[in-house]
Amino acid sequence: MKRVAWLIALAALLVGFPLASGEYYVNLTSQILIFAIFAASVNLLLGYGGLPTLGHAAYLGVAAYLSALLYLKLGFGSWIAAPVALLGTTLMACAFGLIALRAAGLGFLMLTLALSQVLWGTAYRWVSMTDGDNGLRGLVRPAPFGINLDDATAFYYFALAVAVFSIWMMARFVSSPFGAALKGTRDQPRRMSALGHDVWMIRWVTFVYAGFWGAVSGLLFVYYHKYIHPISLSLTNSAEGLLAVVAGGSGTLAGPIVGAAIVMLLKNWVSAYIERWNMLLGFVFVVIVIFMPDGVVPGVRRLIERVKAARGKAQ
Amino acid sequence: MQYWIIQTLNSLALGGLLFLLAAGFSLIFGLMRIANLTHGALFMLGAYIGATVIVPGLSLRVPIPHVNLVVSLPFPDGLRNLWIAAIVGGLVLALLGGIFERLILRKLVGNVLGQVLVTLGVAFIIADFCLVVWGGDPVPIPTPQGLREPLQIGGLAFPAYRLIVVLIAVATAVGLYLLMERTRLGAMIRAGVDDMEMARAVGIPVSRLFTTVFCLGAGLAGAGGVIGGPIMSAYPGLDADMLPLALIVVILGGVGSLLGAFVGSFVTGFVYTFGVARFPDLAYVILFLPMILVIAFRPRGLFGKFAA
Amino acid sequence: MTAALAIEGLRKAFGGLPAIHDVSLEVLPGERRLIIGPNGAGKTTLFNLVTGDLQRDAGTIRLLGEDISRLAPHRRAHRGLARTYQIITLFPGDSLEHNIVLSLLGLSKSRWKTFAPLSVKSSLHEEARRVLARVGLDHLAQRPIAELAYGEKRRVEIAMALAQKPKVLLLDEPLAGLSREERASVKQLIAGIPREVTVVMIEHDMDTALDMAERITVLHYGSVIVEGTRAEVVADPRTKEVYLGE
Repeated sequence: MKRVAWLIALAALLVGFPLASGEYYVNLTSQILIFAIFAASVNLLLGYGGLPTLGHAAYLGVAAYLSALLYLKLGFGSWIAAPVALLGTTLMACAFGLIALRAAGLGFLMLTLALSQVLWGTAYRWVSMTDGDNGLRGLVRPAPFGINLDDATAFYYFALAVAVFSIWMMARFVSSPFGAALKGTRDQPRRMSALGHDVWMIRWVTFVYAGFWGAVSGLLFVYYHKYIHPISLSLTNSAEGLLAVVAGGSGTLAGPIVGAAIVMLLKNWVSAYIERWNMLLGFVFVVIVIFMPDGVVPGVRRLIERVKAARGKAQ
Repeated sequence: MQYWIIQTLNSLALGGLLFLLAAGFSLIFGLMRIANLTHGALFMLGAYIGATVIVPGLSLRVPIPHVNLVVSLPFPDGLRNLWIAAIVGGLVLALLGGIFERLILRKLVGNVLGQVLVTLGVAFIIADFCLVVWGGDPVPIPTPQGLREPLQIGGLAFPAYRLIVVLIAVATAVGLYLLMERTRLGAMIRAGVDDMEMARAVGIPVSRLFTTVFCLGAGLAGAGGVIGGPIMSAYPGLDADMLPLALIVVILGGVGSLLGAFVGSFVTGFVYTFGVARFPDLAYVILFLPMILVIAFRPRGLFGKFAA
Repeated sequence: MTAALAIEGLRKAFGGLPAIHDVSLEVLPGERRLIIGPNGAGKTTLFNLVTGDLQRDAGTIRLLGEDISRLAPHRRAHRGLARTYQIITLFPGDSLEHNIVLSLLGLSKSRWKTFAPLSVKSSLHEEARRVLARVGLDHLAQRPIAELAYGEKRRVEIAMALAQKPKVLLLDEPLAGLSREERASVKQLIAGIPREVTVVMIEHDMDTALDMAERITVLHYGSVIVEGTRAEVVADPRTKEVYLGE
């Protein structure tokens, strides 16, 4: 009962807050929602599949670029560009999955990294297509049912709707029989094979599904910024997704969402004071691994418990 | 003909540099089962340190926040040469690598996610550190005197420095081969790569071995950065350019295999150089095609001891 | 009669060292076969070759007449093969019931459903409780595996394999590490397995396992040294040699 109350409160907050907040915070929350979808899709592989990946920005970036190019070069509106971009990126995920899953563990990680870096490098060099370091600008947001999404609040509700749908779909995925089998392959892959589960196929399907939702976040990303640059395909971007999952905790669906909020807020708050975001990101990684190996949320919870215990003793 | 010579030597030189980078990575992965994502950054740091040794009056910004201080490291002019710089770069990186391994990395053997985060984190820290200290502009590293003019043989010009790089790479390969096959250290490394449990059981000091191999790998990367300096310069982003190349070489050539690193480096060097010349836009795609083909048929790479 | 499990000329070498050297054996349907031998004889390697966890170098493996030598491990499970492991390989964070459900899912078409939630009231869960009841563990159905005693975990391992309704069941040292009471209860469990299931067991300790088997195969350095009924094997001087030589 308490849980339902919390969810209703959260829903009310999410729906109601733009009416009370300035544009800056509405936009920031839109960015958090987009990043939350991305982080949740990374977590399908990392937390539920036991497959740490460093190449997920590839799906965000390719979907964004496909959408942008379909508009700029062929004049297609989002009614056509969006499904084509999603399909194209998903097909790419199918192919990449075939390659990356030739290995597991570190080999898988290195392959996802190598594949993603290739796309990143190509985005910089294929100047005739992507305009290289200039990025692609002059893009427009879609106008579903004629609603103008250039308004911050309107775009926020659009992003919220997509985020809720995406996360709901991913939640159904992980709580389905397939999801149970996926978690099984994370914990005991050999045992799962002996029980009759096709471990490779389970991983490949998950890889493609995660790529699809990464692509969805990519579309929202390019709609929000109305601009795409090769840096969105960078290792740093993939790593930030990883950080969101690790910060929030990879064991649950809510973890990456909380983590996404933490990372976005940190980025926004910090950029006002520190120019060296990459260095800070690096330190955060090292600190998390050394002091909070289960993730920030469980780590903080333990810290609080320790403080409570100490206070209890003092009394 | 001249074109082919230049391109071939470019390929060989790039292959040689990749070998210096990938050999260390492959050994570390093979022995310690750690994918050292810091490796590209180590190469870059070596290049910057080398530049500091060679280039007189190079200004370094002191990396303390809000402190606006620019210094220039004094270095005896007589010692401002590339070879000394390579040794300095190699030693400094070996030392830093050893500290990193002892303090942080060794606790993460087996912890894939932890390794990834820590090595990535340190790579980011090093990259930003270099950006702060040496600035955003590329630092060119001059080719050593005496190697600036191409070697003239039979009316054809052979870029001299690139020849030297190839020779250094081959010498390093031979040295590493002798180390692995003829020394006790090498025997211990090979035993560890083949079967860690057995090696431990037989009494091999695994802990010290890990540190030694990591120092060796880091040192090679650092020295490689300096030696590559006249060809590539030291610039922000060098780490991000080199890391995927190292990955491709190791995946293609096979993990834990020196021969694999050697063959993989030169295949990659050739494919990249000729690919960039022919299809500059799609150079990166061409780069990873051999890797995909090899992986599709042999997940352990050409000469790998085990699948990554 | 078609053998339940027929192995012919099986060979496997690691590096240069032969681990399984030209092993052939036949287990009839319903039989209780015991494979014994000192450590390093290749018993678990043999199992791994049969299940497909290891690729053979040469030889054939037939399950009820069908050649499964080239099938992937999960496909062999679909053909009726099940196994337990020497080291407990359960899913520690999950309940007993969920462990059995994962086993049932392995052969069920539901395992490909990606949208509808796996309800705790599903028919799979009911079946899982029935399986647990058959091994006397249904009162612990909701407990996480981590809370169980070692002997209870062993019984869950076996239950998981039995849930697959296998035709051939491979038990890898099912009595290892158990106390006397635990051993008795596991032995009882194994004795109660229906005759439709052919049982092949590995045990290291001859004394405890002897009364569980009808025929015994003695393995040493990857080869079959002695094979026959319990009485024959016990009387054979080569058996004593194999064990005394240790």
